[in-house]
Amino acid sequence: MRYLTARKRAEGLGAAHTGTEHHWYMTVSAVGLALIVPLFLFFFGRALGGTHDEVMATFSHPAMAILTLLVIFVGLQHFRKGAQTMIEDYARGMTRKVLIIAVTVLSYGLIATGVFAVLKIAL
Amino acid sequence: MVQFRLPKNSRMTTGKTWPKPEGAGKAVRKFQIYRWNPDDGANPRVDTYFVDTDDCGPMVLDALIYIKTKIDPTLTFRRSCREGICGSCAMNIDGINTLACIYGMDEIKGDVKIYPLPHMPVVKDLIPDLTHFYAQHASIMPWLETKTNRPAKEWKQSIEDREKLDGLYECVMCASCSTSCPSYWWNGDKYLGPAALLHAYRWIIDSRDEATGERLDDLEDPFKLYRCHTIMNCTKTCPKGLNPAKAIAEIKKMMVERAV
Repeated sequence: MRYLTARKRAEGLGAAHTGTEHHWYMTVSAVGLALIVPLFLFFFGRALGGTHDEVMATFSHPAMAILTLLVIFVGLQHFRKGAQTMIEDYARGMTRKVLIIAVTVLSYGLIATGVFAVLKIAL
Repeated sequence: MVQFRLPKNSRMTTGKTWPKPEGAGKAVRKFQIYRWNPDDGANPRVDTYFVDTDDCGPMVLDALIYIKTKIDPTLTFRRSCREGICGSCAMNIDGINTLACIYGMDEIKGDVKIYPLPHMPVVKDLIPDLTHFYAQHASIMPWLETKTNRPAKEWKQSIEDREKLDGLYECVMCASCSTSCPSYWWNGDKYLGPAALLHAYRWIIDSRDEATGERLDDLEDPFKLYRCHTIMNCTKTCPKGLNPAKAIAEIKKMMVERAV
């Protein structure tokens, strides 16, 4: 029990003066993903069922490699920020911080792995 | 952490079923109403009442007044203007947050189920504790802020600029929108909620107000503003037909406009 006024509770620690960049990034990346994901799925779908050499040839093409890198990077950044929002919605205190760190590590780990794989095929 | 189950002492029990009014004809409506008294130490319960609709007005508030007057004087609820202006009688009726005074019984099929506004501390029966809600409203500075010396007569406003306030100034602070918002349920301590944000936008967009930048500064926060995920429950439930979700979206657009 703390004897705080209602106004003091409502004000809390004040505004963090952040959040707009996050909001804008999610808006822009959502539009970007709406364009590149169908394109990626189209070419990915065409490569499905092909031989190993055919798949390697598809992903070593510069346009496909760049498209794949974009999907991996923008997609996982979008996932990271979206997951952070979800965690902030439902978790509190130390749990919130630990989960955000975990999602960040997972996202960058997947980005690094994906980028490495594409570069290995393409270069 | 989000809680999916009520604490043990808050779980609902079946309450008393009150007798049907004597001499009532076929026009009897069954009401199931949330009851909780902080003084008796018991869990909340749902009492059942029968209202003779031939003997009371058409609105849910009329039925509540009928119950309080003729059946159970201990039933506690807020009411004042009985015409949708004061916002006192906001409650959850048939699963919808609305004003009991302007919600007709004929709009409800079957039994009428009435609970206090969701996810707020209950003072007694249908009365939620709105202290934090009002403090959040006060925190957005709901008044005209000016820096220019006061004019000799009045702060002038064009007809076009005045029209921008339509759909905003009508809010009666009933809290129906904020208490219907899942983001407000989970993070109401920090998220301002649709009602306070609608009022914030009302002052941001006011052509006479000279604190637009400061107002936006005070809102730029992952929780105060950006907890709104455009769920739209606020707009769907508003008993005055306002659109708080649009007001919040407009604030977000202004935030982007000054940053990008």
